[in-house]
Amino acid sequence: MRSGDLSDPQTWLEQHGDYLYRCAMLRVRDATVAEEMVQETLLAAFQAKDRFAGQSSERSWLVGIMKHKIVDHFRKSVREQPVSGDELMNDEFMGLFDKDGHWKIETTGPKEWMDPSSALDKAQFWQVLKRCLDELPPRTSRVFALREIDDVPSEEICAAMKLTKSNLWVMLHRARTHLRQCLEVNYKGLTS
Amino acid sequence: MVSGKLTELLAKYGPPCSDVTRLLSESLDRPLSVRERLKVRVHYFICVWCERYGKQLHFLRTAVRSNPERMADQSAPEPGSLTPAARNRIKERLRQ
Repeated sequence: MRSGDLSDPQTWLEQHGDYLYRCAMLRVRDATVAEEMVQETLLAAFQAKDRFAGQSSERSWLVGIMKHKIVDHFRKSVREQPVSGDELMNDEFMGLFDKDGHWKIETTGPKEWMDPSSALDKAQFWQVLKRCLDELPPRTSRVFALREIDDVPSEEICAAMKLTKSNLWVMLHRARTHLRQCLEVNYKGLTS
Repeated sequence: MVSGKLTELLAKYGPPCSDVTRLLSESLDRPLSVRERLKVRVHYFICVWCERYGKQLHFLRTAVRSNPERMADQSAPEPGSLTPAARNRIKERLRQ
């Protein structure tokens, strides 16, 4: 029996419960489901603790398990639903371009970002990013989190969320465009 | 440098920025074809804005992946933590 450097499983809920809950909320956006995800993650982790390889921290190991639980949850609960214009943020997107499809350079053309990595240490950057993320339609923000934060492959996301690839890609494109714009406008540190 | 005439032609007959941004986004989800990559490259000659857009999407991805803790900590469609009741329910369930 070997269990790397795991702490006593009895303390996991105490140590990581809130963190896992926040991770789950960011992805599922529903308190009841998030609670369920924490529970299922801890249950699965208890059962798998002998297979912990000790290559990551206990916390990232738990988050890794939760990622699978969340994809599973979507696979079971999500029903096929047409993608709406709202979800594609058509109005917002169209507003960025002129009638020929080029940036409205003075206003919406992406500005130069000075040393963006220095923003990563700033609490305000993360607050703004979070606020921008919250402005996305729910399903769009879910697929964004799965793809960009959790690096789940497109195929898996499509299967779980019952989306075609082209729909998924349009949703991601709109989400990224919104976040880029929203960050640039609301976090001044990027352009000054 | 590209001559003024060529710039004009590219602006007129090349793909619109709305299309190039789509390809740049999709390049994060699938490999682009040679043709698509070329389209983007050529467009960069005349459009520094799309070039910035492409770079910034990469930065955005690196940012959200670099610090999952930070992402989660900002996640507060309240409440930002398990309620005591939820905690107890989970405890109960784990005991079984």
